[in-house]
Amino acid sequence: MMTNHGSRITQGQFSFLPDLTDEQIIAQLKYALSQGWAINVEFTDDPHPRNTYWEMWGLPMFDLKDPAAILYEINQCRKAYPNHYVRVTAFDSTRGWETPRMSYLVNRPKEEPGFGLWRQECEGRHVRYTVHPYATDAAEGERYR
Amino acid sequence: MNDMNRSQPINERYKAGVIPYKKMGYWDSSYEPKDTDVIALFRITPQEGVEPEEAAAAVAGESSTATWTVVWTDRLTACELYRAKAYRVDPVPNRPNEYFAYIAYDLDLFEPGSIANLTASIIGNVFGFKAVKALRLEDMRIPVAYVKTFDGPPTGIVVERERLDKFGRPLLGATTKPKLGLSGRNYGRVVYEALKGGLDFVKDDENINSQPFMHWRDRFLYCMEAVNRASAATGEVKGHYLNVTAATMEDMYERAEFAKELGSCIVMIDLVIGYTAIQSMSKWARKNNMILHLHRAGHGTYTRQKNHGVSFRVIAKWMRLAGVDHIHAGTIVGKLEGDPNTVQGIYNVLREPHNEVDLPRGIFFEQDWAGLRKVMPVASGGIHAGQMHQLIHYLGEDVVLQFGGGTIGHPMGIQAGATANRVALEAMIQARNEGRDIWNEGPQILERAAKWCAPLRAALEVWKDITFNYASTDTPDFVPTATAAV
Repeated sequence: MMTNHGSRITQGQFSFLPDLTDEQIIAQLKYALSQGWAINVEFTDDPHPRNTYWEMWGLPMFDLKDPAAILYEINQCRKAYPNHYVRVTAFDSTRGWETPRMSYLVNRPKEEPGFGLWRQECEGRHVRYTVHPYATDAAEGERYR
Repeated sequence: MNDMNRSQPINERYKAGVIPYKKMGYWDSSYEPKDTDVIALFRITPQEGVEPEEAAAAVAGESSTATWTVVWTDRLTACELYRAKAYRVDPVPNRPNEYFAYIAYDLDLFEPGSIANLTASIIGNVFGFKAVKALRLEDMRIPVAYVKTFDGPPTGIVVERERLDKFGRPLLGATTKPKLGLSGRNYGRVVYEALKGGLDFVKDDENINSQPFMHWRDRFLYCMEAVNRASAATGEVKGHYLNVTAATMEDMYERAEFAKELGSCIVMIDLVIGYTAIQSMSKWARKNNMILHLHRAGHGTYTRQKNHGVSFRVIAKWMRLAGVDHIHAGTIVGKLEGDPNTVQGIYNVLREPHNEVDLPRGIFFEQDWAGLRKVMPVASGGIHAGQMHQLIHYLGEDVVLQFGGGTIGHPMGIQAGATANRVALEAMIQARNEGRDIWNEGPQILERAAKWCAPLRAALEVWKDITFNYASTDTPDFVPTATAAV
């Protein structure tokens, strides 16, 4: 069991808050849309902090401006992957940004075993560190059952 | 060019002896700055009996080609081009005997990509000049042609966020306390607790280098153990600004290399190492994919008083050119100097692709940053979770908020202190995005989160009445209706 705040992975901009309700998710979607950002839904069962490329739930919704319709897509993804991490990102294509401006989790596995820290001891008290998600010892799709 | 010396026979102009700077060609009220000119705005307090135009011409002269007397060797050069031209002098509103002087410099007066060279001219000799009682460099316009000779921040806000995988909220940091005296082992404990509790970064203080109580290698090794442990405990990318400031470049490179070998994502330097050393470390950081944090140690000696020195907004411009990724730029609400408008002006200089003239915020010139990366401002010094709504209101979301005492001094411990800050931050960003008026509803938003978060409750209780309400010394002087210069 993880021993940090909430005993869970704290990636994303709202992980220290109670899980967002659908209503709260809609409010955040509205904010992103008001800024002109495109919503993207992604999922993974490899929560390594440097796992950048989560699987995309379709393409970023560049043309979808209806928060309820976007929530529907989020819920479809959550239904298909109930035991995966699902995150919502808002992408800003304006010059000088061209990067995500928001990123928050909307789904997690029921149990989050967390990460081991592997130490390779080298000369001069030097240690090489590897952060290892316990879940990824199982094959993709067979984690977090 | 409507040069003063055109109105007199050229042999008269170059007759041996002393003539006023105005007459030497350093004052030209009809001069229109070129797009490629560097422009400096000085606040001049002339000595009694010195008229403002002559003082401005003297500043232009001493910061470009002049000496105190006529020299015939001027005539071996295109001296009219190389002379800086004071072209405008305005009285400073509500400040008797102070004048804003606009001075233009030809681009060829400066070596490409060198802050040392730029500053050796603009602030080199002239601040000790007897004809002025006091002198302050208020602002500068750097032409795009010169901006393009600098590499700028090695990482910048966008790439830093992508590397850290942190979007949509300010980053959170803390400086390890006590700043001096902890052993490496004890020091790393503070780092671990704060990162695990919810901070993104912990930081060495400016004067932590390699002292008898903790040598730098020990500090680096224990800090990286803490960073990696906290990363495994949370699933987040974490970092500690390892201060590589040292006596020589050789030492700094050695320390930076060691930080890199240990897998640190960020290193830190102090402003006191000097502009050339900063540019060298920027080059190193760019080559090694390292975020470069700059602590502005020492700046208060010359930025704070409004009649003499260099405004921090100018230092911020130089540092964006020199290439740092983080720079301490004020908190407004904390324990250190910070008028709201002045600090916002500095933040805009660091973060915007383009600055418009904004006299209330102390920005006298339009400035095009020509694609130069954005610098992440750092707000540090005497801030706590109870001010979260004010901090976000004033400073926005692209900023590192550093709660040192506000994390480590928490009654339930360092982890709880970090958690209080993170919960306060996330709750406030959520509320802001939902359209709430955080400036007015901030305290209720915090109280509400504190109902389910005991650490936040404790933090609000301990620091509820702590504010630092002192009058600022560094405030912009402007007439609200004044129009743009240049």
